[in-house]
Amino acid sequence: MMKEKRLTVFLKGLILENPVLVLILGTCPTLAQTGSMINALSMGLAATVVLVCSNSAISALRRIIPDTVRIPCYIVIIAAFVTVVQLLLQAFLPSIYEMMGVYLALIVVNCIILGRAEMFARKHGVLDSAVDGLGMGLGFLLALFAMAFIREIFGAGTFFGLKIPFLYDYRIPFLVAPPGGFLVFGILIAVIDALGVRRGKEKRKEFSCEGCPSRAVCNKTFCNENIELVNEDEQTPLNKSDALNSEKKEGGK
Amino acid sequence: MEELKSLILILMGGVLINNYVLQRFLGICPFLGVSKKVGQATGMGVAVIFVMLVATLVTWPVQTFILDRFGLGYLQTIVFILIIAALVQFVEIILKRFVPALYRSLGVYLPLITTNCAVLGVTINNITDGYNFVESVFSTLGVGLGFLLAMVLFAGVRSKLDNAPCPKAMQGLPITLISASIVSLSFYGFLGIVENILL
Repeated sequence: MMKEKRLTVFLKGLILENPVLVLILGTCPTLAQTGSMINALSMGLAATVVLVCSNSAISALRRIIPDTVRIPCYIVIIAAFVTVVQLLLQAFLPSIYEMMGVYLALIVVNCIILGRAEMFARKHGVLDSAVDGLGMGLGFLLALFAMAFIREIFGAGTFFGLKIPFLYDYRIPFLVAPPGGFLVFGILIAVIDALGVRRGKEKRKEFSCEGCPSRAVCNKTFCNENIELVNEDEQTPLNKSDALNSEKKEGGK
Repeated sequence: MEELKSLILILMGGVLINNYVLQRFLGICPFLGVSKKVGQATGMGVAVIFVMLVATLVTWPVQTFILDRFGLGYLQTIVFILIIAALVQFVEIILKRFVPALYRSLGVYLPLITTNCAVLGVTINNITDGYNFVESVFSTLGVGLGFLLAMVLFAGVRSKLDNAPCPKAMQGLPITLISASIVSLSFYGFLGIVENILL
């Protein structure tokens, strides 16, 4: 029974609640690190390692961390694990460390990691949190890889740096350039939506505050106009003005 | 004169060529989240410039005089994010207490900035690029202005999007991202400028 539940938690992160393509979190690395597949893989793996470690640590410490200062505590824990990953990469894979540059340090402020700490790890046990971290991390990896696959194959005409005969001659360099990142990401989200991964869920495709790391301290209404519940165990209190806003919009249509 | 020229180049580079939002993908969250109205976008942009500048004024001396001196460079990430988080809180309290008018206009944006990757990004980049103190301040100012410019421009584009008919699957975020792509494409054109100035 428990095993089945864990499997659901794991698969949820991987596909149904894919952090990048469905929850729309962690957009910065998704756009920045998907110019090549090797980049996307390293970013995804580094973030997964940090996510699993930080989720387990935060879950283990959840009764000790005072509620009022939990966000700074989470940030310190996450930053510590990011530093560990940074040092390990610098020592053993210096070329990847160079390639990722500042984005490696910026895993600290990746919304997915702080978001999972806030939404999952602080309410669940260590093992469940680790499984959730693994699922979400691999979901992140999967989304990054899908983006990088499209961008590298059609943009650079290469597969992990190896030239592909026909595509290399007709490559579209635009896709590897920054504007191409926005374009591919936008189209990918639209395709995912058209395929109906979110079927049955009334979730508007807006950039949401759901899982925004600042949400707990923020409580402002301007960017959570479109917050909606992703599912039942993530009890986001909808405040009144939001409810009113969404009613107005639906009424307007 | 040469120094002034290089400072201006750093500034313009931050605003146009290395625009953090549109070319380097830092600070995408507020870019997509708070760009629905031009007023909000401006407020957020100004608040980000403010926090970035204060953060640079603190992190650069900390890195140079504490971390580098005692060989603690590996603590950079932890120290910087803590400094930024503390600074944001501090700025919020100070503004609330002493400049309530400014707090009312910027205050709402401050908590969102703690985890804005553009702030952490610019402080780390100043160190990795080997800028001195004055150069760091100018590069930060450039990045901040670039952020403001991108936010305001995009808010203008987005306000037109509401009335545009588009396919159902594209509504909302996808079409926003695609318009961001076009705005980004226009900034891509600035790439050639700096080469011409330098030559």
